[in-house]
Amino acid sequence: MTDLQHRHETDQAPEEPIANPGLPEHTWRPTDVDEAAERRAERQVAGMYLLSVVCVIAFTVVYFTTEVGENWDTFLGFGANTVGLGVFLGLALLLIGTGTIQWARKLMSDHEMVEMRHPARSSDEDREETLAALAAGTEDSGIARRPLIRNTLLGSLAMLGVPAVVLLRDLGPTPGQAAAADYPGAGLENTVWEAGMRVVRDVVGTPIRASDLEVGDLVNAEPEAVFPTEENGYPELSHGELHVATSKAAVIVVRMEPEDIIAGEGRENWDVDGIVCYSKICTHVGCPISLYERTTHHVLCPCHQSTFDLADSGRVVFGPAGRHLPQLPLAVDEEGYLVAQSDFTEPVGPTYWERDHKDIGDQGEADL
Amino acid sequence: MRFLNHTAGRLSRRRRGPLAGAMILVIGLVSAGFLFSAVTSPAQAEKTQTLDAQVEQGRQLYLVGCSSCHGLNGEGVLTINDKQLGPNLVGVGAAAVDFQVGTGRMPMAAPGVQAPDKPTVYSQEEIDAMAAYVASLGPGPAIPDESDYSVDGIEGDELEAAITRGGQIFLTNCTACHNFAGSGGAMPRGGWAPKIRDVEDKYIYEALLTGPQTMPTFSNGNLTPEEKRDVIAYINSLEDSTDYGGFTMGTLGTVPEGLFAWVVGIGGLVGFAVWIAAHTTRSTRTKGEA
Repeated sequence: MTDLQHRHETDQAPEEPIANPGLPEHTWRPTDVDEAAERRAERQVAGMYLLSVVCVIAFTVVYFTTEVGENWDTFLGFGANTVGLGVFLGLALLLIGTGTIQWARKLMSDHEMVEMRHPARSSDEDREETLAALAAGTEDSGIARRPLIRNTLLGSLAMLGVPAVVLLRDLGPTPGQAAAADYPGAGLENTVWEAGMRVVRDVVGTPIRASDLEVGDLVNAEPEAVFPTEENGYPELSHGELHVATSKAAVIVVRMEPEDIIAGEGRENWDVDGIVCYSKICTHVGCPISLYERTTHHVLCPCHQSTFDLADSGRVVFGPAGRHLPQLPLAVDEEGYLVAQSDFTEPVGPTYWERDHKDIGDQGEADL
Repeated sequence: MRFLNHTAGRLSRRRRGPLAGAMILVIGLVSAGFLFSAVTSPAQAEKTQTLDAQVEQGRQLYLVGCSSCHGLNGEGVLTINDKQLGPNLVGVGAAAVDFQVGTGRMPMAAPGVQAPDKPTVYSQEEIDAMAAYVASLGPGPAIPDESDYSVDGIEGDELEAAITRGGQIFLTNCTACHNFAGSGGAMPRGGWAPKIRDVEDKYIYEALLTGPQTMPTFSNGNLTPEEKRDVIAYINSLEDSTDYGGFTMGTLGTVPEGLFAWVVGIGGLVGFAVWIAAHTTRSTRTKGEA
């Protein structure tokens, strides 16, 4: 500390502990002393630039001659177009770069230049002058004498944060706005599921007969309303509404041995002979989940490894999810097809501020 | 017996013999047996006999190769901690045996998280025998016929439609565990979903039917046989498809691709930068001398 102060006060470079040996003697490159080598290097650089031109021409040729789309041309089992364009454009750029580097290394000026360090600290005169200017400015503005002005200025600057926060509202519909929207299943708390709506297989849209499923089966399913036909009478949904409906109402249906199910309170009749139905949307950040293990009845989210126990009301057994997987109460209609008893009894997907913070907790099942 | 004695008495002088009724019964049964074998085809009888022999052969193989974990009668074995050593095989069906033994997963070399596939140790004839034995324990899915999973009959637009439909079903039901290109992936507690490209069609069909290990089943009431066939057609189309974008690096997804970019890509750039900054060759001569 004293040493530092001393250095600042005297403003002199400390004595070198070892004498400065100076710069080594300059040695020359072959291209500096040999004219033949110099010409060779010149030809190399020009050759690389010319090769780059050739690559650009080859790129253009590949672009216009190779077939894409219905009948891809192939090259060694790869798409000829992709590989050709990538290789030739990459080489064209690389050759310009290597040519320039070769030019700089072999032919451009090779003199060592030294710029000595100097102390970063300003001189004492400069420092005093700056401080005096600042003090004079403060005195002239009178900010120290007029606290009313100072405080109102600070307050107005702080309030500039408010517009930025208020504008965040426009990032999306608020839960209230979403709930007020007028289409089936609008809002965070509802989906298109309703009492008596059939559970159908995703993609193919066929209803599921309870007696057709065997123990161990997993079905990725959707409500019948997202596959509207004349026969089932559900209204056509617009493209956006269909996306909202399918993404919120997606479910997985699994069948297990009925005695394996530990029914939650009030959920005693939510399964049909061991067939249970849960939301497919992870309660952590909303990834679709269907990595189901038949033997453990666990379903795993591939995004952050949240694991839910489908035999135990969708309880979280592992991972960052803070809330159990919502269960859809199931029944069968008179034709024996699986139907929903009602909509989900709680919002599906990730938690949001306005939600209550109760969880069903442990149903008493032993862990893994 | 008294009634039989009475009837026989009318037909025979020896009707009062003490064994007459029993004799009549024996004669009746024997003649009925001959009559039955005369009416039914000899091939059928032979088949029944070979099926019995096959089940017996399968039982012998089972007792040697499988019973230590699955029990002497396929009832399964529990460890002293009530953990499952080998599951109950009653009702798993012939398809499960054909899959597990045919792909080398069974018999397991050692207990573990999951049975890895390895070279098969049994011939197909022996596997069929064991399958017949396990199928005799209780009803379960049978080994599928080639016509169940083959797309030989259909072509052109119909085949295209089947592959497209199979692809949609695959992306909905299979990709979660087996990856978007069927390359497999990791599962909880050290398990894994295996790669399903380059797997025989029969084994894919059997796996869908029986749900090996922790895989859920896709029974015929869940995915129809035709939908299963379409999924297999889609997987085959993945195997045959050109890699339009260049090297796929096993289509394992973003993690290995990012690793490649960081190690090979960034590493290559660093190497290049080192080469640029390295000392160039120097001559022993000076410019004045030349």
